[in-house]
Amino acid sequence: MATALTDRLSRGLQAPICLTWELTYGCNLACVHCLSSSGRRDPAELSTGEARRVIDELHDLQVFYVNIGGGEPMIRPDFFDLIGYATQRGVGVKFSTNGTMLTPAAARRLAAMDYVDVQVSVDGADADTSDAIRGPGSYAAARRAMDNLAEAGFGSFKISVVVTRHNIAQLDELEALARSYRAQLRLTRLRPSGRGADTWAELHPTQEQQRALYAWLAARPGVLTGDSFFHLSALGEPLPGLNLCGAGRVVCLIDPLGAVYACPFVLHEQFRAGSVRDAGGFTAVWRESALFTELRSPASAGACASCGSYDACRGGCMASKFFTGLPLDGPDPECVYGHGETALRTQPPPHPGPGHSKAGAASGGRREPVFVTLGRRG
Amino acid sequence: MGTEQAAAFQPGAAYEKHPRVAIRHEEFGGLAYHYDHRRLVFLKSAALVDVVESLAEFPTAAAALAARVPAQQAHACSAALPRLLAADVIRVRSADD
Repeated sequence: MATALTDRLSRGLQAPICLTWELTYGCNLACVHCLSSSGRRDPAELSTGEARRVIDELHDLQVFYVNIGGGEPMIRPDFFDLIGYATQRGVGVKFSTNGTMLTPAAARRLAAMDYVDVQVSVDGADADTSDAIRGPGSYAAARRAMDNLAEAGFGSFKISVVVTRHNIAQLDELEALARSYRAQLRLTRLRPSGRGADTWAELHPTQEQQRALYAWLAARPGVLTGDSFFHLSALGEPLPGLNLCGAGRVVCLIDPLGAVYACPFVLHEQFRAGSVRDAGGFTAVWRESALFTELRSPASAGACASCGSYDACRGGCMASKFFTGLPLDGPDPECVYGHGETALRTQPPPHPGPGHSKAGAASGGRREPVFVTLGRRG
Repeated sequence: MGTEQAAAFQPGAAYEKHPRVAIRHEEFGGLAYHYDHRRLVFLKSAALVDVVESLAEFPTAAAALAARVPAQQAHACSAALPRLLAADVIRVRSADD
């Protein structure tokens, strides 16, 4: 990708290239790293009518596809209504799910829909590894969802894994798991966001593991990453993708209450650009908000200016810097040359707060047994 | 990708924008999204967007380029067309169109 094009992309687009839309803060799991601190539904979540109007706006903006998530989006009673309406209006849907509600009937319903992509989340290649993050029974439920999709003839779906210190040794097995379902593997980066703020220090991969990950990814362009690992591009040939922070420039987030944030990993007042409920709706926020205008203005390399790799990594992930208390115009906390480790923190890291976590859901606390819906209901 | 014919791009052939592709105009050119392949392709200039959108009106790709692209961008645009054919953003126009 030519640097000139990358620069122009950073300056702003008519509409996001892709947009993440968290439909609900409700979730029946309590993953220790949840970026949105989900658990309890919020009484002020967008109504079905409001959500449909957002979809109308996305149609008018020519947003080609939307990444739907949460919480657990299938918890919303209007879930199928909304994804059906989106695809009917020409907005493709990819939704992310823990799979607990992906019954055989739901799988058949999804298989009958066009332009709907499914992404099932697991965080390890076996129950021990994955359940340590996502809760007892969660891996089995995800596997059942995958079986249901296969049984229903859904076709290729995605398996999405957040890379941690403990699952990074299982990349080959995860690749084999995806192959066994003819699914696509997607690996994403753990950020210290949401409940991740409390678990990042112990879960994020070591520098040595990151170097191995870079080599593994570089050899497998078919593994998706959502452009998560561009900070590793400083190690050599850039990984496929735009290799820049897309927050407020190429991507953004709509939260369950209609608030618009720069990206899913910065659910914090400082990165809240506005609301779809404001006059002018989502369109005005995307095109005219002060925050996004600022994010789109040329940024200085700051403390990274003297590093020869800045063009490759662009200083890394804004969210990772923000929630580790690092200055935004400086190195990523996981800078491959270790500059993030020696960088001065300008302030104590802002804490995301409990968000919509259920009591006891934060890591370190005793986790309550999770009731997981399995089986053939529906 | 997956066009059945792996035919090379020929400037003397007739082409059209693929009907499953939507193009959103942007300041730098455009974004082409193929709804079947779920792939996004960057069209790096407004001239290239114009060519892709008007291919169906011309008997050959060369004619479209000659009519729609300023001379100084002709090479860049014509060099992009084989990539767009391979990505199914454009396709061969059948004889009875």
